[in-house]
Amino acid sequence: MASSLFRNFQTYPLLLSPSALFRRNNGVLFCTLNSTTQTATQEKQPSVQTKVSPQSKVKTVDKLLKDYEAIIGIETHVQLSTLTKAFCGCPYNYGAQPNTTICPICMGLPGTLPVLNSKVIEFAVKLGLALNCKLSLSSKFDRKQYFYPDLPKGYQISQFDIPIATGGYVDLDLPVEFGGGHRKFGITRVHMEEDAGKLLHSGNGSYSQVDLNRAGVPLLEIVSEPDMRSGIEAAEYAAELQRVVRFLGVSNGNMQEGSLRCDVNVSIRPLGQVEFGTKVEIKNLNSFAAINRAIDFEISRQVHLHSQGQGDSIIQETRLWEEGAQRTVTMRKKEGLADYRYFPEPDLPGVLLTEEYVDSIRTSLPELPEMKRRRYEDMGLSMQDVLFLANDKNVAEFFDATVAKGADMKLAANWIMGDIAAYINNEKVSINDIKLKPEELAELIASIKGGTISGKIGKEILFELIAKGGTVKGVIKEKDLVQITDPAEIEKMVDKVVSENPKQLEQYRAGKTKLQGFFAGQVMKASKGKANPVLLNKILQEKLNAKN
Amino acid sequence: MVLSTAMKPSKYLFSCRRIHHHHHFPSVMTINANLSSSQSQILSIRESLLSRQVSATQIVESYLTRFSLTEPHLHSFLHFCDDSILKQQAQDLDDKIQKGEENLGPLAGVLVGVKDNICTADMPSTAGSRILQNYRPPFDASVVRRIRELGGIVCTVNPWDLSRVPGGSSGGSAAAVSARQCTVSLGSDTGGSVRQPASFCGVVGFKPTYGRVSRYGLMAYASSLDVIGCFSTSVVDSAILLHAISGHDPLDATSSKRGVPDFTSHISSINIMHSKPLKGLRVGLISETMKDGVDYGVKSAITAAASHLQDLGCIISEVSLPSFSLGLPAYYILASSESSSNLARYDGVRYGNQALSTELNALYEDSRAKGFGSEVKMRILMGAYALSAGYYDAYYKRAQQVRTLIRRSFSAALDNNDILISPAAPSAAYKIGEKKNDPLAMYAGDIMTVNVNLAGLPALVVPCGFVEGGPTVLPVGLQMIGAAFEEDKLLKVGHIFEQTLQGCSFVPPLVATALS
Ligand SMILES: [Zn+2]
Repeated sequence: MASSLFRNFQTYPLLLSPSALFRRNNGVLFCTLNSTTQTATQEKQPSVQTKVSPQSKVKTVDKLLKDYEAIIGIETHVQLSTLTKAFCGCPYNYGAQPNTTICPICMGLPGTLPVLNSKVIEFAVKLGLALNCKLSLSSKFDRKQYFYPDLPKGYQISQFDIPIATGGYVDLDLPVEFGGGHRKFGITRVHMEEDAGKLLHSGNGSYSQVDLNRAGVPLLEIVSEPDMRSGIEAAEYAAELQRVVRFLGVSNGNMQEGSLRCDVNVSIRPLGQVEFGTKVEIKNLNSFAAINRAIDFEISRQVHLHSQGQGDSIIQETRLWEEGAQRTVTMRKKEGLADYRYFPEPDLPGVLLTEEYVDSIRTSLPELPEMKRRRYEDMGLSMQDVLFLANDKNVAEFFDATVAKGADMKLAANWIMGDIAAYINNEKVSINDIKLKPEELAELIASIKGGTISGKIGKEILFELIAKGGTVKGVIKEKDLVQITDPAEIEKMVDKVVSENPKQLEQYRAGKTKLQGFFAGQVMKASKGKANPVLLNKILQEKLNAKN
Repeated sequence: MVLSTAMKPSKYLFSCRRIHHHHHFPSVMTINANLSSSQSQILSIRESLLSRQVSATQIVESYLTRFSLTEPHLHSFLHFCDDSILKQQAQDLDDKIQKGEENLGPLAGVLVGVKDNICTADMPSTAGSRILQNYRPPFDASVVRRIRELGGIVCTVNPWDLSRVPGGSSGGSAAAVSARQCTVSLGSDTGGSVRQPASFCGVVGFKPTYGRVSRYGLMAYASSLDVIGCFSTSVVDSAILLHAISGHDPLDATSSKRGVPDFTSHISSINIMHSKPLKGLRVGLISETMKDGVDYGVKSAITAAASHLQDLGCIISEVSLPSFSLGLPAYYILASSESSSNLARYDGVRYGNQALSTELNALYEDSRAKGFGSEVKMRILMGAYALSAGYYDAYYKRAQQVRTLIRRSFSAALDNNDILISPAAPSAAYKIGEKKNDPLAMYAGDIMTVNVNLAGLPALVVPCGFVEGGPTVLPVGLQMIGAAFEEDKLLKVGHIFEQTLQGCSFVPPLVATALS
């Protein structure tokens, strides 16, 4: 049987070669604008780009944009990081050899049946609660039916009319550099479903192969209300979802690996118009930046068409974001609504939740990004600091742990956002990878504050601990780095330096007072950097000016 | 187009085995010591094996001989895919007996015919259909694994043909048992396809409660209706086989976690019965099943069976199920809807016949056009239609509402009665092709059985009489319907009914000749 598993077949040439489609559809688009020169202009760029030079286009569109409002909704698929798939015992490892984590169940072999992995429900309830949703204590699974080679059963097990969670919202704060501001976006629903496999297309497009490793991996689909109005709002919404799933530990939220996938719906309408414009779907958004730019591109495209009286050219379709060209292109037109012939999945019993179960999960929820942000804000941190610290679960945990060890909150934030962040960025590692422990950062901060070491020495110790680990006390002792704060000892060193440099002393006393820096440097050097700089300068100044 | 095998299947892993452990069947199975082997082929095989009168090899050989004698006349479709596989299983058993291992499973030496829409790992389940040609399942169905664990010798029966009508599709399993080509057999019952052929062939057929037996490994037709059932020549054998395969299976989320009683313990031996062994048992004869459209001969046989039950002490009354006639249309909508979905996986992409094609849609269309028969195509179309946007409420949803009504009316009737009885089919066996051009007449033949599937209840069919037909008489079966998970009650009544029925031999004349 195994030898018959791996079949090849030709897929829709349309899907295999989006660029060919792009030409064709833009041809159509172009035709509506220039109906007299249909054939001759098929291969040209769309009029949006050919008629207006880039610079003047930007200006025009910017001006035009003020008269329009964009309506953006997002459907997000989050791949759950359960140990096994949704309905069988197979693991899922991104990047595994094709068809190595499959079994008769996720292959949809005749006679096999799905059995729900209870972790999927737990994760769905967690996310539903985190998104402030109302949970359906009684929901069910349904079959969504369509034919595609990556769908081994001919249907996807999903949830249709009774999703597990509905009517929630997310709070977020826009980045300060984008103007800041608090936003609340509605969540329509969250439902459970299984992922499909993947098609691998041959280089020349003559055949395709099916990899079923991903088939049956659990997903949560999160549908937003059409509450977003710009690319940055949409990107921040997606980023907030990523934070939430990471804080909850239900998904790694990795966009490049497809663990977090966003399909965006964009329409525009002139300000003041009540009814919505035609909705266009955008796919292939592999980063938050792509979401931001793709939406802004799409808004401009639609506004431009509308303002030219070409509103009819905005059709219900799926467009693909081309990262290289930074534009959206037609992928396929939606001809009416697809009929998936949903019906209740007879192989699975209904999903029943008890209040006690939901409550037990509610009480076990970790502190979520929004709660963290509000807490940090209340602690008196600036919004910039708040966002930096709260945006990354690991950074936030590091910060919290440092503060919990008694560190000054502001100083801890500065160290993390300054030298530690710089190190992490340079080395391209996570804060979890560095050897510095939060309690040692707290110790370091205390040691500087208490005068045991200077800030300069503190920095040295920090990098030592980041790279090699150990304790602040250990490094101080090992390298004999305790700050010298005994005035008598400093005075001795000052005297020695002053007496060894009579020439400079003479010059100083002749009025070249900036030589004080030279003396200070020499003393500091003699103390191996350990002399308390304030004391040093005070004593030095007294000595230098003594015989005047 | 090019077919490549670039991805080597050597990496193929059945990783699910890591998590999914074993079927939680009862580990010990005892058989009521009061039962005598004269009432049961299974018990008589066991007795002769234990007393070493015969070996398992001899048993298998005798079945193989009988098969070669009867099959040319009967075409019961029993196919021993490979005699050596059967002989090997028998040899293993004999070795065990030789070593003095007394711990023989309760099905030791029993040849169990398995309808080949139930997956068996060592035999091809081509399912008799083009779309699954050369398909060999990589796993045993849970029921098959259990039978093997208990010492049963498994052979496949009756190519399940997707191009044929599923109603009566377990006919081969029934015929094979009737012809004594195997001891007992397993079939599947979606709308009566265990009970009708049992009735037609004069054997015992048992459809358990939905959820009593794991469906894992049964190629799904209509998931909410499909049940694996048993065929046997005695009620005791059905009880033993059913007990072997019942119980919760972690691989089937719709299988019940209820405990499984010992179905044989309620069955008393004939010699310890008193004159009115069923005294006080309330039996409801479903009045809608004895009206016009039911053959006169069938009605007479059922009436006679009812008075026989009365003689045994039962209190017989007529009971009306007002929603009974709605069962047929509701069944056809729901079964077609579910099957249109369950048959979607037969697309030629991963297994079975793949049409050569240069384009994806054409590949699907051609593979399925060539792979399915016209009757199945009609069902798929009907089902897809009933589930379509705009029609769902009028068909699928309404049929589900009817199903709820039916369930309720059965439940009410079973509150007032211990069991319900009816014919198993409105007529005796009809010739193949007889109703080919009259699908409605063919569907109407399912009227007696589909309601039971809709309600998910257990039902036992026992031969109860004959009607005139053709050169010889044709058997008629009595259907007994019980409350959910009350299989034990049905088996007890069925056994007493069977053991007290005088002057009836349900061994087909042809087989009787071959046997003598
Ligand atoms: Zn699997």
